[in-house]
Amino acid sequence: MSNPVLNVKAVDKDFGGIRALDDVDLVVHQKEIVALIGPNGAGKTTFFNCITGIYAPTSGDVLVDPKATGDPVRVNGKKPNKVTELGMARTFQNIRLFPSMTALENVMIGTHCRTKSAVFGAITRCKATRNEEQAVIDRSYELLKLVGLDQYVNETSANMPYGKQRRLEIARALATDPFLLLLDEPAAGMNPQETHDLEKLIVDLRDRFDIAIMLIEHDMKMVMSMSDRIYVLDYGRMIADGTPREVAENPAVIKAYLGESDDD
Amino acid sequence: MNNTLNETGHQGALRLLLSAGCHSIPHALRKSAMVAAWFAFLTFPILVIKVNTIENTVAWRWENMLAIAVATFFGSYVWRWLLARKEIKRDEAKRESVAERLLTKVQSHPILKLAGLAAIAIPAVLYPQVFDLYQTNIMVSCLVFIVLGLGLNIVVGLAGLLDLGYVAFYAVGAYAYALCNLHWGIGFWTMLPLGAALGTIMGVILGFPVLRLRGDYLAIVTLGFGEIIRLVLENWGDVTKGPSGISNIARPEFFGMKLTIAQSTMYMYYIMLGLLVLTIFCVSRLQHSRIGRAWLALREDEIACQAMGIDKVKTKLLAFALGATWAGMAGVVFAARTTFINPASFTFWESAMILSIVVIGGMGSIRGVIAGAIILILVPEYLREFSEFRMLLFGAIMVMVMVFRPQGLISAKRKIYTYKGTSEAGSGQ
Repeated sequence: MSNPVLNVKAVDKDFGGIRALDDVDLVVHQKEIVALIGPNGAGKTTFFNCITGIYAPTSGDVLVDPKATGDPVRVNGKKPNKVTELGMARTFQNIRLFPSMTALENVMIGTHCRTKSAVFGAITRCKATRNEEQAVIDRSYELLKLVGLDQYVNETSANMPYGKQRRLEIARALATDPFLLLLDEPAAGMNPQETHDLEKLIVDLRDRFDIAIMLIEHDMKMVMSMSDRIYVLDYGRMIADGTPREVAENPAVIKAYLGESDDD
Repeated sequence: MNNTLNETGHQGALRLLLSAGCHSIPHALRKSAMVAAWFAFLTFPILVIKVNTIENTVAWRWENMLAIAVATFFGSYVWRWLLARKEIKRDEAKRESVAERLLTKVQSHPILKLAGLAAIAIPAVLYPQVFDLYQTNIMVSCLVFIVLGLGLNIVVGLAGLLDLGYVAFYAVGAYAYALCNLHWGIGFWTMLPLGAALGTIMGVILGFPVLRLRGDYLAIVTLGFGEIIRLVLENWGDVTKGPSGISNIARPEFFGMKLTIAQSTMYMYYIMLGLLVLTIFCVSRLQHSRIGRAWLALREDEIACQAMGIDKVKTKLLAFALGATWAGMAGVVFAARTTFINPASFTFWESAMILSIVVIGGMGSIRGVIAGAIILILVPEYLREFSEFRMLLFGAIMVMVMVFRPQGLISAKRKIYTYKGTSEAGSGQ
C-alpha cells in the first residue's frame, strides 16, 4: 500500500493526572474513509484536537504527508492555522460557524489560507485583488452548490436549519483545499433521511476531490456502510481497528460498548 | 398576551397602553402606583426639603413630590408600552428598519447613489461658509470623533477586541506633533503621516502582550495601557512638560500664508473633511476585503477561525495597528487645531466616549458610527442651553438607545456578493 497521508504514532495526551489519550496509533491513506468510534468520553474529540493543533500532544508523533510521497512533516505543537494550511481541515462536534456571517462568507473564510491579498490590495483594490476576490466568491458558491446549500447563499448562518449548518461546516472545511477532511460527528442530531443524504455526500466528496476523510460518528449504520476502515477508542486506548466486519465481530469492541456480563 | 397585542383598532392599542406588561388593568394601576411612590421617596430629599441655612428655616415643597408622582405614574405606562411594543416588533427589528431599507435602495441605484452623495457632500462643503466660527468648530471636533470612531470600529466592531484605552493612541499622535513642532519645528503635513505611523507602531506594541486575552480581560489591560500613557504624559515633566501641557503648537500652514483664526478654522474643517473621506474609503474597503472577513470571523469564533487557517496573531495585530493608525492621525489634527494640549484631554472619559460612539452607532457599521458620533458629540453641544440637565439628558439618550435598539442605530449589513450563478439562484427562489 502507498504511504499514509496521516500517520499518528504513539500519541499520548495528559490533562493534569488524567491520561486522555494513551499510546494511540492511527494511519489514514489516500482516498480512504476512516471512522473513529468509541463510547462517550473515550477521547475521540481530544484525538481530533491533538492532530489539528488545538492541543499539543504530550508525547508521540503526528506526521502528515499530503502527497503521500513518503516524506512526512511532523505537526506536533504547530498552530491550528498551520495545520490547516498543510491540508487538514475539520468540522466541530458542536457547530462552530460564524453566526452573523452569510453562508457564502463562511465558506469564503475557508479560502483565507489559500489567498494572499493584504492591506494594500484591500485598499487599492488592484487587479490582482479583484481577480482573487472573484475567484474566491465563485469557488465558494460552487462548494455551496455542491453540498446543496445554493438557496442559502446570502442567509446568515445562524438562521439556517441545523442540518444545513452541518453541511455548511463541511463546505467551509472543503474551501481550505484539504487532503484530509476531519468530520466530528457530522450526523449528530440529524434524522434518518438527512443522515442518509449526508452519507451520500461524504462518499461523493471523497470521489470528487480525491481526498481522504476521517470521521467520528455514533450512528453505527452509517459508519458500517460507508467506512473503509474503523478504529475503536475506549478510555483513551485504541482497542481495535480493521474493516467494519472485523470490528463488529471483535469481542473487545462488544465489551466496550455493551459492558461485560458478570457470569463470564 | 399575544392575543391582546395583535388586536387591531383603537381599542386594542388603548388596552395595550393601559395594561402592557401586566395581566390586568388593576395590576397595571398597582404597578404604576408603586413606581410613583418609589420615585417620590427617592427624590424626596432633593426635591421636597429645602434648607435655608441663612434664615435657619426648612421649606417643604410638597407640590414637587406631587408632580414627580404624577409624572412617573404616567411615565411608567409609556415605558411599559414601549417595552411591550419592542417585544412585538422584535422580529421586525431583526430585519432592516425603514430607514435602512431606504439607504440600501439608494445605494444600489447608481443615479440615486450619486444624488445621495451630492446631497451629503454639498452641505458638508458649504457648512463653514454658511455657519459661524462656533458652529464650524463644533463640527470639526465632531469630524475628529467620527474618524476616531471609525478607527476604533476596526478594533471593536470588526475584530471584536474590546479596547478601553483607545485614547492612548490619540494622545501619542497629539504629543508627537506637539513635541516635534516644539523642538524641531516640523510642520503639520509632515507630521500627519508620521503620527499615523507612530499610532500603528504603538498599536503593534500594545497588541503583542494582549494577544492571548479576550473580552473582559482584554478590556482591563487596554484600560491600564490608556492610563499608563496618560500618567507618563503627566509625570515625565522633562519631556512632556507635565500637566501644564504644551502650548503654541503651529496650526497647519496653507502654502506659507498666514491665516486668521476664522480662516484657519475653516481650513481645519476642510482638512478634517478630507481625512474623513479618506478614512471612510479605507475602512469600507478593508471591511469588505479578505482581511475584513478574517476580522469578523475572529470576532465570531476564535477557535473555528484558527481551525479555518486564519493566523490569529497576525489578524489581531493588524486590527490593533490599523485601528491605532487613525487615532494617531486624529491626534495630530487635534494638536494642530487646539494649539495647546495637556494630559487632561486624554482621559478615560474620551475612550469611553469613542467606545459609546461605536456601540450606540452600531458595531461594525460605518454609517452607524457616523450617526453615533453626530449624536453623541453634537447633542451635548446643543444641549448647552439646558446646562443643568445636559448630562442627564445625554445619559438618558444613551440608555434609551441601548434599551430600544441594542444593535445600534444603524446596524451593519452583510454584503451581497455577485457570483456566477446569481441569476439562476435568483430565479430558483
